[in-house]
Amino acid sequence: MFRFASLVVAVLLLTVPLAQGQGNDPLSFNRLMPSPDTRNAPPAEDGIHDAASEGTHMLQTPREAFQPLPESNAGNYVDWVTALQEEHITPRFDLNDPTRRPTVMDLNIVREVKGSMPDVVFPHKEHTEWLDCSNCHPAIFIPQRGANQMSMAEIMLGEQCGACHGRVAFPVTDCRACHSRPKDGAQAAGGQ
Amino acid sequence: MTTTSRSVISSGAERAGRRWSRRLAVLLLPLAVALPPGTADAEYADVVLNRLSEAADMAPVIFPHWFHRVRFRCKVCHSDSELGFKMRVGANPMDMQRLQEGEYCGACHNGQIAWGLENCELCHSGKMGLPTHIKGGHETSGPGRW
Repeated sequence: MFRFASLVVAVLLLTVPLAQGQGNDPLSFNRLMPSPDTRNAPPAEDGIHDAASEGTHMLQTPREAFQPLPESNAGNYVDWVTALQEEHITPRFDLNDPTRRPTVMDLNIVREVKGSMPDVVFPHKEHTEWLDCSNCHPAIFIPQRGANQMSMAEIMLGEQCGACHGRVAFPVTDCRACHSRPKDGAQAAGGQ
Repeated sequence: MTTTSRSVISSGAERAGRRWSRRLAVLLLPLAVALPPGTADAEYADVVLNRLSEAADMAPVIFPHWFHRVRFRCKVCHSDSELGFKMRVGANPMDMQRLQEGEYCGACHNGQIAWGLENCELCHSGKMGLPTHIKGGHETSGPGRW
């Protein structure tokens, strides 16, 4: 009897949010898959700005700012690295000197990972376009081969790569952006 | 003998407990799904700062990372040699006094590089009651982290 009652309550509660003005988008019930037209909402509709505040309506809307920028599938839905490389944006590298350019270091670090995921290729080039060496070294990463133990669990909790990836740089749901170098056949089959 | 019977009793009680927790979970699950995630539509990497604001009767500050990264590279704000923002929400002890002295946001928001601090409502535009946090990517806004 109780089981039946709880089932009825569960079904009722489940159907209520589905019925409430979700439009015709079949995926709209899934909070992990926001429909494209709800992305980059203007500040007044984004759930954290106070729509009653005058300032909220004076702010630039992300949609307007992102319109000329290359797209991606996650985060801000902007491919920031390409936007910078193709000079859609020209952010300053120095607070006061707009002509100063970063010292770019072109060095890939390959990290062989356990399991069957492709190995991780870390490109210094894309990172040094945005960052200074001291942003990562030595506090987040010891600049020495083999000195940094990493795990996806720690990354998802905001350590190591997770200091930025999952916070401001593309999120860790974009697996293949980092796990990009396939292992050779024998290695992949052995799961190492 | 006695130990065996006691263990039988306790395992029976455990089973009943498990049944109840299952029923509770069945009841609570749709509730968790039905609750609005709240910040689901906020822009990725938006930071809410509410360490002091609300206690001083001001709306929380919303810092939009996207707006700033279009204009400045990460290093400008996140280097000890320049603005010195730590890459951890809540780790930067900002207050209006320090901002007026040109620290943190005040290094640009002084009417020279960006709008001045007198435009209170442009930054203090958040909803009351929001905790200090950053809108991240892998978190689901659901009941648990995992």
